[in-house]
Amino acid sequence: MQTSNSTPALRADRQAGPAAARPARQAGPGPSSAVVVPSPSLLGQLLSHPLFLRLASVVIVFGAWEYAGRVPISPAFPTFLETMDALFGLIADGTLLQAFWITLQPLAIGLFASVVVGVTFGVTMGLNRLAEWFGAPVFIIAQSAPLAALIPILTFAYGIGLTSKVMTVCIMAMPVIVLNSLNAVRHTPASLLEMGRSFLGSRWQVIWKIVLPAAAPVIFAGLRLGCAAGFIGVILAELLITPTGIGDIITYNQSIAEYAKMYAAIFSIIVFSVLFIELIERLEVTLFRPEKRAAR
Amino acid sequence: MMLGKIRVPMFFSLFLWAALWEIVGQSGASFIIPPLSVIFTRIAEIVPTASFAEALWITGKAFLLGNLIAIVAGVPLGVIMGRSVIADRIFLPWVNLFLSAPLTALVPVIMVIFGLGETTIVMTVVLFAVWIIVLDARAGVRNISPSLVEMARVFGANPWQAFGKIYIYAALPEILSGIRLGMIRAVKGVVIGQLLVSIIGFGRLFELYSSRFLMEHFWALLFVLFAFAFTLNEVLAWLERKVDYYAAARH
Amino acid sequence: MTAAQATASTVTEPRAIVEVEGVSKVYPGGTEALNHISLDFPEGQLTTLLGPSGCGKTTLLKIIAGLIPATAGQVQVDGKVVTGPGPERAFVFQDFALMPWASVLRNVAFGLELRGVARSEREAVAEKYIEQVGLKGFEKAYPHELSGGMRQRVGLARALTVNAKVLLMDEPFSAVDEQTRRKFQEDLLELVARERKTFIFVTHSIEEAVYVSDRIVLLSRRPSRVSQIVEPNIPRHDDPEDIRRDPVYLDTVEEIWQGLKKYLDEGV
Repeated sequence: MQTSNSTPALRADRQAGPAAARPARQAGPGPSSAVVVPSPSLLGQLLSHPLFLRLASVVIVFGAWEYAGRVPISPAFPTFLETMDALFGLIADGTLLQAFWITLQPLAIGLFASVVVGVTFGVTMGLNRLAEWFGAPVFIIAQSAPLAALIPILTFAYGIGLTSKVMTVCIMAMPVIVLNSLNAVRHTPASLLEMGRSFLGSRWQVIWKIVLPAAAPVIFAGLRLGCAAGFIGVILAELLITPTGIGDIITYNQSIAEYAKMYAAIFSIIVFSVLFIELIERLEVTLFRPEKRAAR
Repeated sequence: MMLGKIRVPMFFSLFLWAALWEIVGQSGASFIIPPLSVIFTRIAEIVPTASFAEALWITGKAFLLGNLIAIVAGVPLGVIMGRSVIADRIFLPWVNLFLSAPLTALVPVIMVIFGLGETTIVMTVVLFAVWIIVLDARAGVRNISPSLVEMARVFGANPWQAFGKIYIYAALPEILSGIRLGMIRAVKGVVIGQLLVSIIGFGRLFELYSSRFLMEHFWALLFVLFAFAFTLNEVLAWLERKVDYYAAARH
Repeated sequence: MTAAQATASTVTEPRAIVEVEGVSKVYPGGTEALNHISLDFPEGQLTTLLGPSGCGKTTLLKIIAGLIPATAGQVQVDGKVVTGPGPERAFVFQDFALMPWASVLRNVAFGLELRGVARSEREAVAEKYIEQVGLKGFEKAYPHELSGGMRQRVGLARALTVNAKVLLMDEPFSAVDEQTRRKFQEDLLELVARERKTFIFVTHSIEEAVYVSDRIVLLSRRPSRVSQIVEPNIPRHDDPEDIRRDPVYLDTVEEIWQGLKKYLDEGV
C-alpha cells in the first residue's frame, strides 16, 4: 500500500499509515535483519516469551502509575491501587452501572444512526457519480476539520438534552464511516466486476453479491474508527453540554477533589471503549474474513 | 461529473452548498444558520482584531510545541519498537490501545494535574498526536527492506553510517506520514483542549461568542479554524508527496 | 494416427461459431488497439490468439466476450450479433477473479447462482466440475488456502459449470509456475478432447500455443491485424510429453518465432 496514492483526508482515517491495511493491529517481529533478536539463552527465552512480555508490559505501566502516585507527581494524581479501589467501590454500589446506562444511550442511538445513514450514504456515493460529486467534498472537509468545535452550535439548536448528545456522536462518527464506505465501494477489484458481468449478473446482483462483500472489510474498518470517534463524541458531549452518567461522575468528583473516583470513571470508560471496538473487530473477522479466522 | 461536455471538478459542488446555505440563511429559517455572506463579513471583521491575533498566537504556540514534543518523543520510541522485539511486545499493546481510545476522557486528568493553562493545551496536543507518530515510525523501520540492510553491511557501513545514510531515508516516508496524521489529530486535540479549558485561546473566543449568542461571529471563527485545518492538511500532504517520490520503489 | 490421417480429418471444415468482422478498437485518448480484424473460429476447436505483449489479443478476446464494445465492426456468435456477455460464452480470467470470501464450491457455482438456479442443483453441477478439474475434496476451502494453480482450476471449473458453447481463456496459465503450467497444458488437451466446446485461448508463449492449439492466429503489433494463421497439425501421441519432442511441434515453434522476431526487430 503506497503512501502517495490516497487523498490526504481519506488517509486521515487510515490511522496506521502505509504499513497495514487495517489500522493499529500490528503484532509480531518484522523482517529479521532489521530487528534485534535477543540471545537464545534461557533467560533470553523467558524474557522474550509473548505471555511474559504481555504481563511485564502491564506490570510496568501500572507499576509506573503506582510509583508516580506515591511520589506524588501531583496532589491530583492518585496511585494505581487507590484508583482500582475507587473503581471497585463504584461498581459495588451500582453507581458505575447506572452511569454507564445513562451515558450509553446517546452513544448507542448516535452510533446506530451513524452506521445506518453513513454506510447508506457512502455506498450510494460509491455507486453513483452524481451523488459522489455532491456529497464527497462535504465529508472530506469534515474529515480533517475539528468537528468538536460545532458542539456549542448543536447545543443552541437542540438544547442540552439527549438530542444534542446524539447529534454530537453523529457528527463525530459519520464522516469516517461515509468516506470509508465510499472508498471501499469505489475500489472494488475491476476483475471481480468483470467476472460478474461475464457471468451475466444484473446490476443489483453485482452490487449485492460482489461489490458489498468485497467492500465489507474497509467498511468495517470505518465502523471501528467511527465508533472510536463516537466515544469521543459522547464524552465531549458530557463534558461540554451537561454532565450526566459517566461525565457526571468525572466532573463531580473533580470538583470535590475525589481524584481516585474521577480517575476510576475515566479508566472504566476507556476500558469499555477498547473492549467494544475489539468486539467489532471480532465480528468483522467472523463474518467476512475467512483468511484471518484461519490465522487466529 | 460531466455537464454536457465539460468536466466539472468535484469541489465545485461546494459552491452549490454555499448557495443553499445563503438561501437558508437569508430566509431566517433558523437562527443558528446565518447567511453565508454575513459570516464572511464577520470573518473580515474579526481576523484583524487583537483578540484574534492573541488567540492565534496562543493556539499556534501550543500546537507547534505539542507537535514538537510528540515528534521528539514519538519517533525514537517508534524506531526502538521497530528494531527490538522486546520493546515492541511491551509497548505495542499500549500504543494500539491509546490510538483508538477516547483520549478526550484523559483531558480532565491533564487539567487537574497541569491546571487551566497553556501547559494543559500543550499536553493535550502531545497526547493526541504521539501515538500515530510512534506507530508509523515503527512501521517505517520494520518496512526497511532486508536487502538494504544487507547491502549496508556488505559495503562495510558502521551502525551510525547505516542509520544516518540509509535507514532514516528508507523509513522517512512512513515517519512523515505519521507526523502528518499526528498533526491532524493535534488540531482536533488543540480544539478539544481549548473547548474544555475555555479560558484561553480560541476556546475563550468561542465561549465569548456563544455566551452572547453571536452566531455569526461563532461561525466566522469556525470557518477560519476549519480553513486552517484544511490548509495545514493540504500543505503537509504536498510535502509528503515531495518526499514520497521514492516511496514506491523501495521494495 | 499418422500425420496424413490427421490432415485428412480436417478436410470437412467445421462451421465458424464465432465470426469477427472488421473489428476495430480505439480507446478514448486515441490508442488504436485493433485495426479491422476479420477472423473466424471453427466450432469444436481450440484457436489461440498469439502475439507480442500489448498487441490487443486480450482486447479482442474481451470484445468477443462482450465485456468491451468494439469501435467498429461486429462479432457474431452462433449467428447472433454480440452486444454484451451471453450464456453461450464463458470467460476464464488471467488473475483468477475468485471471490475471496466464498468457498470453492460457491465460486464454481457462481455462474449458475447468478442465473437463479436452485442451490442443490447448482451445487451438484459444480461438484461434478470440481472433480473434473482435479480439486475433489476442496469444495469447502477458501481461495486464500489454495495455490495459484488450484485457484485457476477453480476459475476453469466455474467457466465449465455454466455449460457455455465457447470458452474464452485470457492467458490463464501465465500466473502460475512453470511445472504447474506444463501440467495445465496437458490437462487442457485432455479437456478439449473430452468436451465438445470451442476454445479461444490467448497467450504470449509460442510453445504453449503450438502445444495446445488446433489453430493459431498470429496478431501483429498494435494496431494489430491478423498477420498469419498457422495450423500445427501435430500428430496425436499417447504420452503428452512426446508432443514436446515431435519434429512438427519444434518446426512450427521455430517458424512462428521467426515470424514474430521480424516484428520485434522492427521495434516500436
